[in-house]
Amino acid sequence: MRERVAVVAAAQTGFEARKDKQRVQEMVWEVVRAVVDQTGLKFMEEMGIDNAVTCSDDYFDARTISDGAVTDVVGSHMRSEEKVSMDSLQAVYYAWAGILAGHYDITLVVAHSKESQAQSRNLITNAAFDPIYQRPLGLDYLQAAALQARAYMAKNKINSKTLAKAVVKSRANAANNPFAQEREKVAISDVVNAPMVADPLGKLDIYPVSDGAVAMILATESKAKVITDKPVWILGGGCCYDSFYLGDRDLAECMALDRAAKGAYKMAGIRQPTRQLSLVELSDYYSYQEPMWSEGLGLCAKGAGGELLASGATGIKGRIPVNPSGGCLAGNPLMVGGITRAAECFLQLRGEAGKRQVKGAKRALAHGTIGPAGQFHSVMIFGND
Amino acid sequence: MKRNRNVAIIGIGQTAHAGHRPDVNQVEMIHEAVREAIEDAGIRLKDIDCVVHGNMELFEGVHQPDMWHVIGDGAYGKPGIRITTGGTTGATLVSATDLLVASGLHDVVMCIGFEKQEEGQTTTGITAMADPIWGRELQTGALTGTTGAIYVRQFGERAEVAAAKLRVKAGNNAIRNRKAHLKLKLTIADVMNSRMLTWPLRFLHMCPESNGACAIIFATEEWAKKVKKPVWMKDHVTVHREETFYWGGPRKMQSTHNTAALKIYQRNGIVNPLKEIDVFEMYDPSSWWELDWMKEFLLLPPGKNMEMVEKGETEIEGAFPINPSGGVVSTNPIGATAAIRVAEAALQLRGDAGEHQVPKKLKTALASGFGGTMWTVLHLLTHDKPWIL
Repeated sequence: MRERVAVVAAAQTGFEARKDKQRVQEMVWEVVRAVVDQTGLKFMEEMGIDNAVTCSDDYFDARTISDGAVTDVVGSHMRSEEKVSMDSLQAVYYAWAGILAGHYDITLVVAHSKESQAQSRNLITNAAFDPIYQRPLGLDYLQAAALQARAYMAKNKINSKTLAKAVVKSRANAANNPFAQEREKVAISDVVNAPMVADPLGKLDIYPVSDGAVAMILATESKAKVITDKPVWILGGGCCYDSFYLGDRDLAECMALDRAAKGAYKMAGIRQPTRQLSLVELSDYYSYQEPMWSEGLGLCAKGAGGELLASGATGIKGRIPVNPSGGCLAGNPLMVGGITRAAECFLQLRGEAGKRQVKGAKRALAHGTIGPAGQFHSVMIFGND
Repeated sequence: MKRNRNVAIIGIGQTAHAGHRPDVNQVEMIHEAVREAIEDAGIRLKDIDCVVHGNMELFEGVHQPDMWHVIGDGAYGKPGIRITTGGTTGATLVSATDLLVASGLHDVVMCIGFEKQEEGQTTTGITAMADPIWGRELQTGALTGTTGAIYVRQFGERAEVAAAKLRVKAGNNAIRNRKAHLKLKLTIADVMNSRMLTWPLRFLHMCPESNGACAIIFATEEWAKKVKKPVWMKDHVTVHREETFYWGGPRKMQSTHNTAALKIYQRNGIVNPLKEIDVFEMYDPSSWWELDWMKEFLLLPPGKNMEMVEKGETEIEGAFPINPSGGVVSTNPIGATAAIRVAEAALQLRGDAGEHQVPKKLKTALASGFGGTMWTVLHLLTHDKPWIL
């Protein structure tokens, strides 16, 4: 009989625009130290942490085999470590699979990224486009997002003012999150009057350049119950790729998210997400993504994401709180976005989220995305009973 | 070892590896391997419910290439994970795919390792793995003569002949493998007179840069019943070594190969690997390393590896065949290389290796992956179903 898997510890660095006093290794050590202290675990087989899954990217680290830089820091010298090189929620998914398989008992998951090290993160994501047809056009993840924002706004008749509410809410929530990077409140007028970067996305519609790391420990049910009084259970997960060429996709739709959510809900036994989930943490790298991903996650009908946002139902005290942490708009690097959402779910479900605590949280959803215009989506559901 | 489900390899696909593939782009090249794996398994693309993808980003200079490759690798509309661990990537892909099936989250999972090395500068890419402050100025890609130097000091010219003999064997085996890249008919003198790279490592001792892809489909026991010849995953072990601030000195370096081997043998009750393992596909980046690593993996007493090579025991028809495929010195599309070890080991157990089939009954195979700063992944494969669950 397969045992359930729980998250028994999580830690994050404060996210900052430029952590120039820490190398990657020091940033990672800060969070590894924290989860080891939280659990009192040692790095050893049978009785302690017996595996590590890291998440980082060779481009952002400007280093081939970027996990080589942190292998010893995550306690894997002469032991097992594997690297997931996409959104960090997939690192959690993979670590979960390793424990379900029976191969490992306790796995440390660590994601890091320092976007500030790159001269331009757009230069990096430009290299994600095929070198012959698309790269010379100057496409990058920002440009792709701008095209998707336009398509989504046009299809659903949503204006920039509505989208600005996502930014205003993000900053208001982030003000209560000591780990968040952008914690100054802004008004709708600040967002719509900010300098235009990639039409229709202005400076405040776009997640800031950010550095940070997150660590998490996953364990089998029997070990989790010994390690902590408040394990947070993994109830389900799903993920999906969409097609690559932007012209092959309907950018106003998010098929991959629909399927990822469907898979996760089925596994977790969730039929009515807004009733059964206490909160949702989604990866909103751009302002249009909160309403669009809300639709994909089934928090509202298709096309009603803008109304859901405008209604205030997604506020901390609303019907279905979305991103009480402030989300990615408040500052999380690409790669680290998904696991930061999961870390927030962990805090919320343990009642340790401080001023941003959603009262009586029982089930929480974490979402991660990567690739141009949300080509890949990942969804995981957590619960505390 | 606990195990929740048995996992079988049900489909194998490889491109014909080559130094130049100007006729295809990355997607088309991968597609060849994927198509072959699906046909080999006798299933349909829609039966695959997850795709695991990996290579080294900085070798071709494409950021997160799994996004682009979706148009030809079968991952569209499906779950997937991208995994990269350097030279071990192909082996880690196999471990990950095995775990995803064993976990019960997915039933039929395909892993894809690839590299199109002519599109980048591999030595530059490898050099970029060193710490930018402490090591990058010193790194010389993957070239090192240290192991060879130790052997020459101990055995003199006898060691150079043994290493050359292994390179000749690799060429002979590759000639019999229709998928291999370098099919070289060599003599010991050819190897010993080839260009010196870093003493005593010579040009012909070293692995090439190849273009190619390898796709392997893993599935549950229920799926395996529908396939004529499933091969089973018994166990795998990963050992990484990282000593950021250890730069030589009197302490002997601990071997990850040896550590991984001891662990996998212990877990699976293997007392005498030479007797209990029937064929070994080793990640041999150079012939010197094949010579040395035999000792580490197979727990040989000092000098026994030299004897085995001199007697030709590791040849296809020998008592303990190593790399009947021709190995990494013949074929090296890095992100696929370690996956090819598992694929070739599985083909041997199936009896489907064609001209380079080992001519005896095979029950257990070992496959190794190497990468990073001395990292090891070991896979143990069996012909018979390994676990009674």
